[in-house]
Amino acid sequence: MDQNLKIELGKQGVFITTIQELYNWGRRSSVWPMNFGLACCAIEMIATTMARYDIARFGAEVFRASPRQADLMIISGTVTKKMAPQVVRLYNQMGEPRYAIAMGACAISGGPFKQGYNVLKGIDRYIPIDVHIPGCPPRPEALLQAFMTLQKKIDGQRLTGEGRPSFLDAGAQGEFPIPEFGEHDLEPPCNRLVWPAPAVIR
Amino acid sequence: MTSSVYFSLAVLFVVALCFGLTPLALAWLWAKVFAPPKPNALKNATYECGLVSKGDAWIRFHPAYYLYAIIFLIFDVEAVFLLPFAVSFTGLGVAACIAMLVFVLLLIEGLAWAWAKGVLTWA
Repeated sequence: MDQNLKIELGKQGVFITTIQELYNWGRRSSVWPMNFGLACCAIEMIATTMARYDIARFGAEVFRASPRQADLMIISGTVTKKMAPQVVRLYNQMGEPRYAIAMGACAISGGPFKQGYNVLKGIDRYIPIDVHIPGCPPRPEALLQAFMTLQKKIDGQRLTGEGRPSFLDAGAQGEFPIPEFGEHDLEPPCNRLVWPAPAVIR
Repeated sequence: MTSSVYFSLAVLFVVALCFGLTPLALAWLWAKVFAPPKPNALKNATYECGLVSKGDAWIRFHPAYYLYAIIFLIFDVEAVFLLPFAVSFTGLGVAACIAMLVFVLLLIEGLAWAWAKGVLTWA
């Protein structure tokens, strides 16, 4: 639909839309995150929910305690290798459509603790992340911008056809294997389907 | 039929039913067309804060909860039963009053127990 035509009709009082637009508008305006804070980024996430940087005005009205009722998982904080199976299990238990935001340097790649023996170098080794927010910790405004980026992404998702998201596709991957505790590291160290490891050039 | 006194009520009932059922039907249709169900073992696993849950959920609860059951009986169930009795008090015979007295006395015994246990005062 031509944007100018839409605006002209809108001025005359005629509102044109498509089912895809309505569906995505409804979904992006009511993304409910899950109560999931791991470390210092969680404090900034809490600050974002409070009065000054209110995230509820963007649609994240309540933070659900149960993954079944949540749409979004904000992985805020360092993911240790001990906690990683629980994060993956919770992501699996979320009902589709589900989104994940990696908040802070630790969730993206291990952050300042990357050399740690127990630090998982980024949670996107096991689950697909939609938005990464750099920062240590990112300011509440940054989390709000990530939320808006996620909303733009949801707006652009198709309802039918080739590029439709995984929750509308019966054949797409819905189960992300949970890593087990190995002797020194998690088994498997990463999920090859989600995180294609960069090739080592020697 | 249009002249019946309850016709407008019937119309209202049908409309209210449709008001409730139509969104459900539309959601079911939408799910059938657009949202394929994708259950798997990990998704349907019991939620326990990310941990693996072992064993049954039918555990034995602490018997201290019996006090809450007694207090609920006295202050909720007895009140509900006393209300119709109070409304039709003057039209009943002696036998009904005696039966009600037995009922109230039993629950007063429970109230006395709870009182003696000290649950009615703030700690």
